[in-house]
Amino acid sequence: MSRGMRVHIDWTRCDGHGACAELLPELLATDEWGYPQSRSGERDPLVPAELERYAHRARNACPLQALRLVP
Amino acid sequence: MDEALWALGRGTGVVALVCFTLTMVLGIMGCGGRNALGVGRFGLNELHRTAALTGVGLIAVHVGSLMFDPYAQLSVVDAVVPFLGDYRPLWQGLGTLAVDLLLVVTVVSLLRDRVGPRVFRAVHLLTYLMWPVALAHAVGNGTDNTSAWMIGLAAGCVLAVALAVGWRLSPAFVGRGRVRVERRLGT
Ligand code: SF4
Repeated sequence: MSRGMRVHIDWTRCDGHGACAELLPELLATDEWGYPQSRSGERDPLVPAELERYAHRARNACPLQALRLVP
Repeated sequence: MDEALWALGRGTGVVALVCFTLTMVLGIMGCGGRNALGVGRFGLNELHRTAALTGVGLIAVHVGSLMFDPYAQLSVVDAVVPFLGDYRPLWQGLGTLAVDLLLVVTVVSLLRDRVGPRVFRAVHLLTYLMWPVALAHAVGNGTDNTSAWMIGLAAGCVLAVALAVGWRLSPAFVGRGRVRVERRLGT
């Protein structure tokens, strides 16, 4: 769980309000409509160990439970 | 001591009303996904959660203190089953109803990961019933209901929520959502 965690956005749920990108700006930018966009271009960006805390916070902050942390 | 419990019961009730009004307003504003108040989208969310949980704590003290208060003598049954109390049964019953709803909303919200977003959302809509019921209870049951400050406070709460709902339903807000979806779909 602590190694190789990835940020996955469920697009059927996400409504592009952008709370996740505010909390995880290192990994997520927002596109011009407010939807989160992986900065690295990877589909499900890998979370570096030092950002795991923030990734969990972003997951909890997503009002639609669209952001998931997957192995 | 008796006076203290009575004052505590009433005081926590009033402050809880303010907390839940704040919770409603923040929740409604958060839906807009704007950087309102300059705290960001996630800030609104966290404030919403904090205000709600503070309200829940206050309500626990509110109900608890009136159970132990020799004057109010709220029984365990009255605290759970609405409309049975002796003292202003209708108004007190509304309070009990609000507590029941609050319990459901709180438990489901804390179990959000288990129940999933649909149930979470559906149950959250109950707060649109809970809040007016709680407000009616506060105004009708409170022994302060004839005093100007209580009326003023209640009016302020109604105004705050009405403004938030009005903004949410306003063309500017609704239109923004549609434009976004259309652009995203490339139509
Ligand atoms: S917080 Fe959730 S709903 Fe909002 S943009 Fe991020 S993933 Fe989408």
